Amino acid sequence: MELGFLLGSIVKIIGILAYLYGLLKVLAHPNRWVKIIGVVVAFGVIQLALTNIGGFQVLTNFDSGLLFQACAMTMVALGLNLIYGFNGQFSLGQWGFYGIGAYTAADITYRWVNGDARGLLVVGFGTILGGLALIYIGRWLKRFRGVPVLSSFTLYLIGAILAGILAVFIGNALNPMLEPLLGTSLNPGILNSPLALQIVFFLAVVFAGIFAAEVSFLFGLPVLTLGSDYFGIATLGFTIVVNVLMINSDTILPFPEMKGGRGMVGIPKLTTWFWAFFFMMAVIIIMRNLIQSSTGRAIISVREDEVAAKAMGIDVAGSKLLAFVVGSFFAGIGGAVYAHFIGFLSPGTFGFLQSFNPLIIIVFGGLGSMTGTIAASFGWIFFLEGLLRVLLSQMGTEAPTWRFVLYPITLLLLMLIRPQGLLGNIEWGFLKQKEVLPREIPAVDQPEVAASKA
Amino acid sequence: MQQVSGSSQVVIPVPKKKKQPPLAWVGQGFFILLGIVVAVILISNLIRQPTLFAQFFISGLQLGFVYAMIALGYTMVYGIVKLINFAHGDVFMVGAFVSYFAVARFRLHQWPLAVFPEISPGLGVVIGSLTVILLSMVICSALAITIERVAYKPLRDAPRIAALITAIGVSFFLEYFGALNFVFSPRFIPYERPFEVVAWYIKDGIHLIKPGEAPPDGAITFSNILVIIIVASILVQIFLQFLVKRTKIGIAMRASSYDKPAARLMGINVDSVISFTFAIGAAFAGLGGVLYAIAYSSIWTQLGILPGLKAFVAAVLGGIGSIPGAFVGALIMGQAEAMTMGYISTPMRDAVAFTILIIVLLIRPTGIFGEPEKEKV
Repeated sequence: MELGFLLGSIVKIIGILAYLYGLLKVLAHPNRWVKIIGVVVAFGVIQLALTNIGGFQVLTNFDSGLLFQACAMTMVALGLNLIYGFNGQFSLGQWGFYGIGAYTAADITYRWVNGDARGLLVVGFGTILGGLALIYIGRWLKRFRGVPVLSSFTLYLIGAILAGILAVFIGNALNPMLEPLLGTSLNPGILNSPLALQIVFFLAVVFAGIFAAEVSFLFGLPVLTLGSDYFGIATLGFTIVVNVLMINSDTILPFPEMKGGRGMVGIPKLTTWFWAFFFMMAVIIIMRNLIQSSTGRAIISVREDEVAAKAMGIDVAGSKLLAFVVGSFFAGIGGAVYAHFIGFLSPGTFGFLQSFNPLIIIVFGGLGSMTGTIAASFGWIFFLEGLLRVLLSQMGTEAPTWRFVLYPITLLLLMLIRPQGLLGNIEWGFLKQKEVLPREIPAVDQPEVAASKA
Repeated sequence: MQQVSGSSQVVIPVPKKKKQPPLAWVGQGFFILLGIVVAVILISNLIRQPTLFAQFFISGLQLGFVYAMIALGYTMVYGIVKLINFAHGDVFMVGAFVSYFAVARFRLHQWPLAVFPEISPGLGVVIGSLTVILLSMVICSALAITIERVAYKPLRDAPRIAALITAIGVSFFLEYFGALNFVFSPRFIPYERPFEVVAWYIKDGIHLIKPGEAPPDGAITFSNILVIIIVASILVQIFLQFLVKRTKIGIAMRASSYDKPAARLMGINVDSVISFTFAIGAAFAGLGGVLYAIAYSSIWTQLGILPGLKAFVAAVLGGIGSIPGAFVGALIMGQAEAMTMGYISTPMRDAVAFTILIIVLLIRPTGIFGEPEKEKV
């Protein structure tokens, strides 16, 4: 019985890894149409396995839950890999941004289905206006040289707060116009039709990601100037602060619908396999293209050697901030997808102990390896849950604890035997670094070049 | 950083004050404003209710001195191996549990009275409690040496992240292994104290609070636990100062933290010095764990996480690697927490601790007592 479960979960892990391998291979195909058809087929295969055909379902509802969780985890872990694996900033704050994304998106859709458009309006206008404020303040600050970080942080903070206040006013002003169209939860209006809800969900996820990115910009600006270990502790502190705020969201923060430590219930379960797949692929493609661009090479060079990178004219602080913001954006999206699949958010999910999960995943998969991160996210979720099932029959109620006794031991063994991670630097198909051909040296004599430049 | 202005004429450089970078006043103003707000809150409350303020101050002292004992281990280990020893907080937890088992299961604190019935009960309690504390310290040291040998030593030459992940793994292992039913169990356990709590109040002199009697209004209360924690913490500080500054092993520790290969060339056994550092830090964490459990009288397996983190924050605050720095940082941390609990809101205590860390690091990146790091070229 237990052996059957274990074998089953191993087969599932191997199947998922083969699936990911095939997906990445297809994406690497030079023909655009093959790519598109391949992705559609890849989406369809799982969709078919998830649908109930004549009482038979290849992947059970439990498996589909794991699948969605793995997709969300992939996004978070890829974000962290960008920050830590590729840019070398030891961050423990990813889980905080994940939580911010989850709660933001959940608040938007929860309010929406209960006949209140303020969530979407305030967050939407807030992120847009806040983003504009940050961009324009950033442009204005470029006129000065050597502005201290604290001053620019203060200005950005003031801008963001003003934008937020403005957004609240706009949201409260526009809400009465939309409210009749929304209807109530018992009698849904035109804007609560399934199609409209899907659009709202998409907007909620995107806004949640942008909101997390803006928070990470404000937080990262001063904190990234600290050294590596201090940065780690400060980001860990950020996760704890976010968690404290979540626990008190109904008393300290004015969000009674989040219900504080009791957990937020009644979030519409809008995440389907389509959305999970869509956002995961979007994150993978965005990140791959970023890493393989010149910006990405600048990000990697900061990890390798900051002094040399600076000497090559790379904006070290800017690269760090960019990696941090984009990584947090991915975390926010992952959190939003997670919230709408699970339907229930509790601050315990975003606690201190769980905040190490993405870090452990990227270390397992290999730092600086996207393939490793994706494979490790899927493998980790399926393995842990498979292990739980095996242990449950053996240990009963103590199984969850045993699971967390065995997994640090695995971690220790991995660190001792293979510290570069299971997959090391191996990349599959689409994610493989393109061969950079040496540029042809122009057939001009060097002095002439110098002369023409002068 | 000097601003370059193209239009200015060449003038003879007159030595003058270093020019401020542009817009520096914005950041400074922000922090001054923040400081003024904090000061106004504190001072207005001090004037309005001085005894309440003093009460918060005392509870802050108690927290701060406990943090000081934990912070020492962090700061010494970080000073030598440059590793955030996440497992240190869990060693602290193990110390609390060892004393719990010694007291509640084995009645170890009563051994002097059982063996020598004729000694005075007061002396018996003191000796018994000291035995419990010593036992916790010894077991914590042994645990820390084991952790160091098994988990950290093989990774000494590996990249730093490997050791850090290992530290996180060890921390998880201790927490969850402890949460198993046959180890410590995952529940909150009421802690049985090896000695009775005696409390006093200060109002027109110091008076004893008799059991079942409330102190009068406007009195400041404190207990023997506060006194013990303060005395123990200060003794630990003095002992460590002596150890690091005056003894041979202290010189070896300082040499190893300064330059490991050179220390090795000078005939210092760096491995045993590192083990010793772990052991001594863990012993004080064990002591802190016992005193924390006595003071707050409820223990569970994740007890060590937040005090451990805050103690690390305290060590960073004071300048990591510096023993007086850890002490001062821990006291600041304790006060900040107590004042937050008193005047803002209890749940925000963790948030404020980390906010202070970030602010201090921004103003003074090496901490209060830290020496500027040597820049690698």
